[in-house]
Amino acid sequence: MRNIFLFISRHFNFLLFLFLQGMSIYFIVEYSKYHHAAFGNISNNVTGKINSRYFNIQQYFYLKKTNDSLLKANQELYNKLKSDYSLPDSSVKLVIDSIKVDSILQYRKFRYISAKVISNSVTSQSNFMVLSKGSSDNIKEGMGVVDPNNSVVGIVTEVNEKYAVVMSLLHKDSHISGKLLKGGETGTLNWDGDLPNIITLNGIPKSAKIAKGDSIISSGFSTAFPKGMKIGRVEAVYKETSTNYFRIKFRTTANFYNLQYVYVIENADQQAVHDILEKVKTQP
Amino acid sequence: MSTIVKNIVRFIVLILFQVYVLDKVRLHQLVTPYIYIIFILWLPFKISRTMLMLLSFILGFTIDSFRHHPGFHAAACVLMAYVRPFIINLLIPQEGAETNYEEPSFRSMGGMLPYLIYASLLIFMHNAWLFLLEAWQFADGWYFLVKTIFSTAISLLLVLITELLFSRNQKFKTNTI
Repeated sequence: MRNIFLFISRHFNFLLFLFLQGMSIYFIVEYSKYHHAAFGNISNNVTGKINSRYFNIQQYFYLKKTNDSLLKANQELYNKLKSDYSLPDSSVKLVIDSIKVDSILQYRKFRYISAKVISNSVTSQSNFMVLSKGSSDNIKEGMGVVDPNNSVVGIVTEVNEKYAVVMSLLHKDSHISGKLLKGGETGTLNWDGDLPNIITLNGIPKSAKIAKGDSIISSGFSTAFPKGMKIGRVEAVYKETSTNYFRIKFRTTANFYNLQYVYVIENADQQAVHDILEKVKTQP
Repeated sequence: MSTIVKNIVRFIVLILFQVYVLDKVRLHQLVTPYIYIIFILWLPFKISRTMLMLLSFILGFTIDSFRHHPGFHAAACVLMAYVRPFIINLLIPQEGAETNYEEPSFRSMGGMLPYLIYASLLIFMHNAWLFLLEAWQFADGWYFLVKTIFSTAISLLLVLITELLFSRNQKFKTNTI
């Protein structure tokens, strides 16, 4: 017993070093668990407050850019207005469908919640954003985030009352599914940590026809994003020799350098889809 | 100003500068400047090793809190703090210099060169460990090496500029206390 104490007291510094290193690595590996602990919330509240002060000042420098992107978004919306389309000539016969479709039961599936980005990073290997809205504004974990021009930005990973943390596409653990607009083949997005705004799309079979400049859109398979949100444009296509798949590098349409405002997408079906998936998983 | 107050002020100023100035500057993805580690470089000679490591852990953890993924900077800072006494022992010019001056600087380390070696070794270790932890999954050796070298160079330049801008007047204390 005495020897143990002697050993500890002699090598106390080294043991403390190992302990602190172990703790740090534990935090890195067990990131999600740690953040659900109370302490994570406190540190988020403190940094969130400082960040929103900073944002209030920084905002002024980006007013012009913000206006521009809002104008663009408005233009797109105006173009979708029903009144802009005129019905074709009366030569077309109108047939009224007599089968009762549940058109009365129409419901809204996606709802957009606007939020300010109060802090954002692109330089590290695991990039996060913090939004100025949290669970009190109905933001929940797993919701998708898009920029004002409907380009995919990331997914909400953590929420407290006032703030939400978004794992951006530029995170090594983000796995959002995307598909080719032309062919419809679906793959997974991955970031290799190299250049911001350049992301890899894996899992597209070699039978697909791809050219530089093709659009990649969200697949609509996950509950986070509706189908057809812009993700990026193909920059380069590599043939993997060992597998039957392409490795496609593409440039994101969202500019991660100057994000100021984003929309969080609320999916009314999210809970239902989640529940049924859980049910399948728990079945023996 | 007492040592404790001085270091608390440094801690706050350096973290705010790092998070709100340097982290907003995007030079290149290979070059990420870190200045906050100068806090560890500037801690007094006399501080106990336990205290040194704990303070560094808190420093790294605070930076991590701003980046929402805890652990990376804390681990790198603790490594730096653990190695610091060994490097000081190697580089200090003569016996007892650490009792004559309060904290590491050009003068107390006996010139610009030993101080720069001291700073560059520690910064290199910090960056290497940080990027290694960050890049665990990528396993791209060259990218990691080049990033570490460039980032160390730019951080060292920043440390040098800071050192020249804020000259710390240190009195020579006799070792007969």
